[in-house]
Amino acid sequence: MSKTNAAIVGSGNIGTDLLHKLLRSPVIEPRWMIGVDPASEGLARARDLGVEASAEGVDWLLAQDTMPDLVFEATSAYVHRANAPRFAEAGIPVVDLTPAAIGPYVVPPVNLGAHRDAGNVNLITCGGQATIPIVAAVSRVVPVSYAEIVATVSSASAGPGTRANIDEFTRTTSRGIEVVGGAERGKAIIVLNPSDPPMVMRDTIFCAIPEDADTDKIAQSVHDMVAEVATYVPGYRLLSDPQFDPSDDGGPARVTVFVEVEGAGDFLPPYAGNLDIMTAAATRVGELLATRGD
Amino acid sequence: MLPITFSDTLDIRVTDTSLRDGSHHKRHKFTLDEARAMVAAIDGAGVAVIEVAHGDGLGGSSFNYGFSTTPEQDLIKVAVETAKQAKIAFLMLPGVGVKDDILTAQDNGASICRIATHCTEADISVQHFGLARDRGLETVGFLMMAHSQPPEALAKQARIMADAGCQCVYVVDSAGALVLEQVGDRVAALVAELGSDAQVGFHGHENLGLGVANSIAAARAGAVQIDGSTRRFGAGAGNTPVEAFVGVCDKLGIRTDIDFFAIVDAAEDVVRPAMPQECLLDRMALMMGYAGVYSSFLRHAYRQAERYGVSGAQILVRAGERKLVGGQEDQLIDIALELRREAG
Repeated sequence: MSKTNAAIVGSGNIGTDLLHKLLRSPVIEPRWMIGVDPASEGLARARDLGVEASAEGVDWLLAQDTMPDLVFEATSAYVHRANAPRFAEAGIPVVDLTPAAIGPYVVPPVNLGAHRDAGNVNLITCGGQATIPIVAAVSRVVPVSYAEIVATVSSASAGPGTRANIDEFTRTTSRGIEVVGGAERGKAIIVLNPSDPPMVMRDTIFCAIPEDADTDKIAQSVHDMVAEVATYVPGYRLLSDPQFDPSDDGGPARVTVFVEVEGAGDFLPPYAGNLDIMTAAATRVGELLATRGD
Repeated sequence: MLPITFSDTLDIRVTDTSLRDGSHHKRHKFTLDEARAMVAAIDGAGVAVIEVAHGDGLGGSSFNYGFSTTPEQDLIKVAVETAKQAKIAFLMLPGVGVKDDILTAQDNGASICRIATHCTEADISVQHFGLARDRGLETVGFLMMAHSQPPEALAKQARIMADAGCQCVYVVDSAGALVLEQVGDRVAALVAELGSDAQVGFHGHENLGLGVANSIAAARAGAVQIDGSTRRFGAGAGNTPVEAFVGVCDKLGIRTDIDFFAIVDAAEDVVRPAMPQECLLDRMALMMGYAGVYSSFLRHAYRQAERYGVSGAQILVRAGERKLVGGQEDQLIDIALELRREAG
């Protein structure tokens, strides 16, 4: 079977880390890396890795004799909004790593199968990829009226895009908790920690659960989900068993789950698990799209 | 006397934060009646600004920080209705609240938007300052955990806020860990950097017993806005007591426009009855000042210590070792679990 030809649009840190992961893929061949700046280090690095790199943007990519079978977009929401219609017109499916959210939200272990034919799928946010699987693991056992996540990432791993529009992170992640996680209402909190050496990404997931919930069943579901995420994000792990608390004067009964996401260290440093989980999820989604005809 | 004054007629403008920072001590359980009574008394004493919000700012009501009994926007509305001369301010932390929260607070009559970030992360506040200024709100920026950065680094972050539209940048001693000259040096660095572009303020905590003294040090270094909480009603050992600060300013000839006797009465007769207990300079609070731990962690540390049968002081010390920043209350549970595992 020949591999699926893929292009990565966006030659920054995320695009480069993704390139490293795709180069290992048994089903995807990353043939092109597209940027807009001839001086881009990312494009130079891609060439060193034997990938055809162009600073002439999507115009150049779409003018090639061979079209990509699949595009990964790792630019910005603004740029992707401009590019998306062109890929759609050319009939090329897109895995969108930006917060543009043109296509449906996808979290691989939760709803990947449902959107195989969407044409454009969106990966929500790093905090969403790290926490929504847990919300879904709880909501497949009991109704979750409210779920809340706290994502703490090292300052060094939060790029200018995230910083300039941090509301986009909280709003998009909150929606993802509802739409994909299955919570009736979602809330997301992000904290940047500047400690040095940089801390590994940590996420805490709180889910409101019924007072009489089967806690063993919830705990088992969470453990199963963590194992599933760990198949494509090896550094994804539970820090302790899920914690159950009865309702108190301030809030409903809840389960609390603590996870840590250590990156694979492909291109980005291991503490940047928040970025690694995005490129790992993109790879996972891309591989499914690449094999959907099989 | 002071190098810079707030205006020709006012040396220091005081903001009372008991209905925001006190929310931590109160476990976010203010009632509308308490807010009404406190605002009436504090406003009546002549305090120019009263801050009202969940302790962790707009949108802070949550599992992580504690759910509000009364929606904070309702507290803001009541404060606005009650205040005769004071402006009502609110706090928001980018990453916790969102821009819509700011707009709602303005619709409810609040007129001063205070935006807080950890003191190395000022650039996450740029969009919020932009919005606040576009909407005609007065703006204040909070550089939290200011003890953790040297004066020059803090001044650079203050510049980011001022360029984004912040009209007064505060040195915020969230851990109550700064000591006298350390406050003065930081305030002076901000004053030197900002010049006439923005004012400088100081927000203190009592964890080493220095709220008033540090605030005077700040004023002498050029701060013209000072935060306090009547009766210290704030996180940790509480904030700079407004009534004591006003008394000290009177003696030093610093004009605050606050009536000492009226604020003393407000503290005793109105604010104290709304407090679950006094804010104490006890072992846990001292630990925070000494180890440089975010004051709002106090009630959460107590809670997790009880839940998991471990030492609250140990939780705080470890929070300091892990270099946790404001907002990471969830990690106190993880620390408590770690301590319990270690105890076998």
